[in-house]
Amino acid sequence: MGKLIVQRSLLGIVTLAAASVLIFIGTEILPGDLASAILQNSATPENLAKLRLDLGLDRPAIVRYFAWLFGALRGDFGHSLANGRDVLEEIAPRFANTMFLATYAAVVAVPLAVGLGLAAAIRQGGAFDRLVNVVTLMTISVPEYFLAYLLIKYVAVDLGWFPSLANVSSDTPFGDRLYYAFLPMLTLVLVIVAHMMRMTRASVLAVMASPYIEMAILKGLTKTRIVLRHALPNALAPIISVVALNLAYLIVGVVVVETVFVYPGLGQLMVDEVSKHDVPVVQACGLIFAAAFILLNLVADILSILSNPRLRQPR
Amino acid sequence: MRILGHKLSVTAQIGLAIIAVNLIVAVFAPLVAPYDQTTILGDAWADPDIHHWLGLDNLGRDIVSRLIYGARMSIGLALVITALSFCIGIITGFAAAVTGGWVDQALSRLVDLLLSMPTLIFAFVILSVLGSGLPVLIVTIAVLDSTKVFRLARSVAVGIVSLEFVEAARLRGEGWWWIITREILPNAIAPLTAEFGLRFCFTFLFIAALSFLGLGVQPPDADWGSMVKDYRDMINFGSAAPLYPAAAIAILTIGVNFVVDWMLSMHSRGQGEGA
Repeated sequence: MGKLIVQRSLLGIVTLAAASVLIFIGTEILPGDLASAILQNSATPENLAKLRLDLGLDRPAIVRYFAWLFGALRGDFGHSLANGRDVLEEIAPRFANTMFLATYAAVVAVPLAVGLGLAAAIRQGGAFDRLVNVVTLMTISVPEYFLAYLLIKYVAVDLGWFPSLANVSSDTPFGDRLYYAFLPMLTLVLVIVAHMMRMTRASVLAVMASPYIEMAILKGLTKTRIVLRHALPNALAPIISVVALNLAYLIVGVVVVETVFVYPGLGQLMVDEVSKHDVPVVQACGLIFAAAFILLNLVADILSILSNPRLRQPR
Repeated sequence: MRILGHKLSVTAQIGLAIIAVNLIVAVFAPLVAPYDQTTILGDAWADPDIHHWLGLDNLGRDIVSRLIYGARMSIGLALVITALSFCIGIITGFAAAVTGGWVDQALSRLVDLLLSMPTLIFAFVILSVLGSGLPVLIVTIAVLDSTKVFRLARSVAVGIVSLEFVEAARLRGEGWWWIITREILPNAIAPLTAEFGLRFCFTFLFIAALSFLGLGVQPPDADWGSMVKDYRDMINFGSAAPLYPAAAIAILTIGVNFVVDWMLSMHSRGQGEGA
C-alpha cells in the first residue's frame, strides 16, 4: 500500500510540473509575442522594446520557463504588469480569503450532503427521497450565478437577512466574516451538495443489493442500522472520491461566486487581471488553482486506497 | 410519443419541448423579436409595459428582443464549439485506437494532462494573452473540451477495432481514414449522441460563465451570459432583470439534461426492451 501511495504522490508531482509547463506555454502560443499582445494598439517600437526587455523576452523560452518556475517555488512570481506590485503580495491576502470561503462551504456541505444521502438511501422510494432527488437534479443543472442572484433577490434584498456584497477585508473579525460570506457560502453549498448527495445515495444503494445485506435484513436488523453499520463502510471509497472531486470543483466554482458577491478572493483577482492582460498575475493564479486541484485529486486517490481493504493488504 | 421505437418519458417530452422552442426562437430570431437587439427605444431601466414585456435594459434596449437574439448567439456558439470539439475528439480518439502504439500513448498522456487541470483556469491563461475574440473562444474551448470527447471516442473505438469486420478491412489494405469513417463511426454513433448532449450543456454553461465574467462574447452582441453581467447591478434595487437571462440558461440546460437522462437510461436498459 505504501508503494502505491508513493507512486500516486510522484505522479501528482509530475502532473503539477507538466501543468506548469502548460500554463507557461499558454502564453507562448502567440502569433507575435507577449509584449505586443499586452500593448496591442498602443505599441510603438520604443515601448515595445522596453517591455520586451522588462519581461526578459530576449532570453530563450526554456530559460524563461525555468527562471519562472524556480522563482515560483521560492514564492517570487515577479511583478504585476498592471500596477507593478509584487505578485505574491497581491495574491497572498486574496488566497487566504478564497481558502476561507472554500473551507466554510466545505465544512457545511460535506456533512449535509452525506447526511441527506444516507437519509434518502434509508427511505429509498419514499416522499423524502423523491423530493430530494428532484431538488438536487434542478440545482445540478442550474448555473451558480442563477442561484446566487435568486438568493440575493429574495434573501438579501427582499428579506434583508444577509448583505448582498461580501466585502470583507483583512481586519474583519471572524464572526463578521462568517456573516458576510454567508450567501456566497450558501450558493457554493447548493451547487456541490446535490452532486455529493446523489453519489452517496447511489453508492449506498449499490452496496444494498449485495447478498450480505440480504443476510442482515433476514437477521431482522433495522434499515437504519443496516445502512449505517453494514452498507456505509463498503460504500465509503466512492463517497470519499466524489467528496474530494467536488472540493476540487469548489476551487474553480469560487471564481464565479466571488465575482457575483464581489468577494475579494483569488478568483475575482484572476478574472480582473485576465481582461487587463496582466500575464504574471494570471500565471501565478493559474498555478495555484492547478496545484490545489491536483492536490485534492491526489488526496481523493490516496483516501480511496486507504479505505479499500483489498488495496490496503500488501500483495 | 415515441422516437426510434422508444417510448419517451414525461421528463424527456418536457425536455424536447424546451429544446424545440429554444431552437425555433434562435433560428427565427429576426422574425420573432419585436425590436432590433441594439436599437435604443427609451430610457434606461424603463418599467415593463404593453410594448416591452420585461422593460428596457441598461442602455434602453428591449429586454425581450435581446433575450431572443441572445438565444441565437448563446445556442449557436455552443453548437459550433461542441461540433468542432467532437470533430477533433472523434478523429484523434479513433486514430489513437486504430493506430495504437506510440501515437495512442502520446495522445492519451497529453489528454490526461489537460484533464488534470481545471478547464476554466486554463482557458483564463489563454484568454489573458489572446483576448476574447470569437475565433479565439471557439478554438480554445473546442480544443479543451475535445479531451473529454477523445476519452470516450477512444474507449468506444478500442472495442470496435478488435472486431472481425475491422480486421477484414485492414487485410483488404484500407487506410486508417477509411477504417475510421466507414467501419468505426457508423457503429459508434449511439454512445456519442448522448455524449453530444452532455458536452453541449457543459459548453453552453461554460461560455455563459465566461461571458458573465466579461471574458466571453463581447458587446454589442446579445448573449445570455453577458446579459446577466450587464443587468447584475439592478438586483440591489429589487429588479429581477439579471434573473431572466440566467433563467433562460437554466431552463435550456435542464431541458437538455432531461433528454440526455432519458437516452442514457434507455441505453442501460438495453435496446430491445423499449421497442
